[in-house]
Amino acid sequence: MTVLDSKIPSGPVAEKWENHKFSTKLVNPNNKRRFEIIVVGTGLAGASAAASLSELGYKVKAFTFHDSPRRAHSIAAQGGINGAKNYTNDGDSVHRLFYDTVKGGDYRSREANVHRLAEVSVNIIDQAAAQGVPFAREYGGLLDNRSFGGAQVSRTFYARGQTGQQLLLGAYQALAKQVAAGGVELHTRTELLDVVLKDGRACGIVTRDLVNGEVASHSGHAVVLATGGYGNVYYLSTNAMACNVTAAWRAHRKGAFFANPCYTQIHPTCIPASDEFQSKLTLMSESLRNDGRIWVPDAFDDTRSPSEIPDNERDYYLERKYPAFGNLVPRDVASRNAKTVVDQGKGVGTLKNGVYLDFGAAIERDGEEAVRSKYGNLFDMYENITGENPYQTPMRIYPAIHYTMGGVWVDYNLMTTIPGCYSIGEANFSDHGANRLGASALMQGLADGYFVLPYTIGDDLAGRLGEPTVSTDDPVFAEAEAAAHDQINRFMSIGGTRSVDWFHRELGKIVWDYIGMERTKEGLEKALSEIPALEEEFWKDLRLPGSAATLNSGLEKAGRVADFFELAKLMARDALDREESCGGHFRAEHQTEEGEAQRDDENFAHVAAWEWNGTDSVQTRHQEELTFENVALTQRSYK
Amino acid sequence: MTQELNLTLQVWRQDGSSDPGHFETYAANGISEDMSFLEMLDIINEQLIEDEQVPIEFDHDCREGICGTCSLMINGQAHGHEKATTTCQLHMRKFKDGDTIVVEPFRARAFPVVRDLVVDRSSFDRIIEAGGYISINTGAASDANLTPVPKEAADTSFDAAACIGCGACVAACPNSAAQLFTSAKLAHLNLIPQGQSQRFERTETMVDTMETFFGSCTNHGECHEACPKEISLDFIAFMNRDYVKAKVKNRKLAGQT
Repeated sequence: MTVLDSKIPSGPVAEKWENHKFSTKLVNPNNKRRFEIIVVGTGLAGASAAASLSELGYKVKAFTFHDSPRRAHSIAAQGGINGAKNYTNDGDSVHRLFYDTVKGGDYRSREANVHRLAEVSVNIIDQAAAQGVPFAREYGGLLDNRSFGGAQVSRTFYARGQTGQQLLLGAYQALAKQVAAGGVELHTRTELLDVVLKDGRACGIVTRDLVNGEVASHSGHAVVLATGGYGNVYYLSTNAMACNVTAAWRAHRKGAFFANPCYTQIHPTCIPASDEFQSKLTLMSESLRNDGRIWVPDAFDDTRSPSEIPDNERDYYLERKYPAFGNLVPRDVASRNAKTVVDQGKGVGTLKNGVYLDFGAAIERDGEEAVRSKYGNLFDMYENITGENPYQTPMRIYPAIHYTMGGVWVDYNLMTTIPGCYSIGEANFSDHGANRLGASALMQGLADGYFVLPYTIGDDLAGRLGEPTVSTDDPVFAEAEAAAHDQINRFMSIGGTRSVDWFHRELGKIVWDYIGMERTKEGLEKALSEIPALEEEFWKDLRLPGSAATLNSGLEKAGRVADFFELAKLMARDALDREESCGGHFRAEHQTEEGEAQRDDENFAHVAAWEWNGTDSVQTRHQEELTFENVALTQRSYK
Repeated sequence: MTQELNLTLQVWRQDGSSDPGHFETYAANGISEDMSFLEMLDIINEQLIEDEQVPIEFDHDCREGICGTCSLMINGQAHGHEKATTTCQLHMRKFKDGDTIVVEPFRARAFPVVRDLVVDRSSFDRIIEAGGYISINTGAASDANLTPVPKEAADTSFDAAACIGCGACVAACPNSAAQLFTSAKLAHLNLIPQGQSQRFERTETMVDTMETFFGSCTNHGECHEACPKEISLDFIAFMNRDYVKAKVKNRKLAGQT
């Protein structure tokens, strides 16, 4: 029994999208200008959606809290973007990309969505190349590909180590073109505070101008949330400082179901925190594990420098436990093992919060020059941040959160459970299941924005021709504005003793310890008692100097952290109820004898989507059953 | 072992765009040399909050040197003295115990101060909107490999496209000129086949828009010195050449080149 209708089209998986496009209702080109669409967030998904919708003729209003759309955190993606082009003639196909993505997601994604993603992946590459994205090329001038994240085929397109930057600039420029043409009204330094509903349907948003504090209403026929993931709930993550869950969360509070919040992804090779005031973690490319050997000292609390520790007093724990894959075990396995040894007290560095990634053997074998030619820029980056020279002393690394697979529940049309409200990119939950493959985040953001939403949004709008937008003078907007003002006033008047960052840091520690790499029933229950206690403290003891009528980054953060508190509780509940291990969700109680994640397909091959029941009640868990007609469910093994 | 630094900061405080602004002096004691410059400012702000003072506003986001949000003139230099480094990647070990550090916003008429160290760089967006794109609507692209791009052109185009739009070039320039920023975008698009059909129109409109906001270039080269991505001055020469071509040719009769 479910209230969720995923609207997956019928027919064979390879024909669903084609059939759906044909059966989708169309809005006449001349009528598109009569519809106004609000797009919140201007990263890869939001910028590409805003530009594409505007090109089609829709009137678009785009909002970003950044000073320019070019700043969105999509810009920091390094590795690349997958596309099933098979330019390398190594046997790739749409079906193979589909298959790999469903399997990589540990069988917790929708087959129909993933197949559509694989289908449009080829169009994204064409579109980006035509926009002038400077992808890497071979000497003949054609596009270069590489294998990424353990894929058996070379299907990843890249632009040096800055693929996200170049794709975002492409989408940003497409958006700039539409701004100049008058098709998009762009609001920068403007943050969403609420999604507004009239008669159960999304009719607009309430925003705050971050420069002068003005709270304002904007109405539209549809609202699109493209506001990214929630990794910053951990405080320390590879996310940018301002990444937040606020837009998604406020939509959740208004009726959008929130799906699979416990699916978070850890990246094993980040630079560990150097002190209490560390503000974020920097990711180092995973390619380093091809030549680096990971180890910790055998002895507990060994304070010797690594060069003084002889080989027979080192524990190369990955090579020891996984002789076949060694240092190249998948992300989650590498991460969990690092946590295990650090928790045992064998961590290295001043704070004992890392493990060594040692290039000594590679340098001895291939020479320093060879290592420099492969990893020179990464070594420089490491030295710049830590002040240590990795040619001479081993790097210190530790896992960090860098992507969240969970998010706002959407149907096949990318519509949330609020009619007229859509969610795209990392903000939704749709395509990665319990684990995202490398080079697939950029692909999904752009697929949603360029090639899926612009079609599917018409299905609902077509029947609304002639309906005016709800006036911003309507009481529903006045109520939402009043609620926004109330929250701001409440923050400003607490007059406590502690900063927002203090609370955020403390929350992050709880979430990391209990809802991080490895979860247990006991830990999750602890999180569910500690988070509300800290949250209560937050609402009593927050200190927020300054004014709400000027730029006030503390006030911005307070709103975001308040939402992170509520999200963190839901993450714990979701992780507690999911009595299995899958992808990025590892429950210590559910592992194979070899210590691998053990799924329970019989009871948990479903999406958990949570319905808001008010601030004082626990959300209701709904299930969307997942069916696998094309990919057989199997168990992973890396021994 | 990690060293700790005791520093004196002189920080520009400005209560909104209409306030004349002034310097405030703050003691920054016990700063770990492993901190980034922005983490040092985070600590100052924590102290200010503790003392019930209003914290310093500064722009920042990714803190890994790619988003271009962070700025700051540090001891008179955009992003500080470290070459090819954004402020967020500048670490305190590059300073000495006892140093006095002067922290100001990027200063240029086209970058009005919003508050404290935060400036408005939206004039850069206006330049991009004036033509910093290739007009290809979604769905209209042909197969990506139908248009080969010579590797050298693709590589040079990338070198230009690496610009993060931070505005250090403008802040470093005695004339507050934006030639390096504008020429980087022009080179990115004008060097590759996909950008040819709008090449001269784009050059003219972007340069003309740039001139409405920014000063003129007198070849100091400070922009390149300050650029965290080391964008080459050659792109300015390339832009000037294309601009002259765009101006002298009657585009309607001259065809492609």
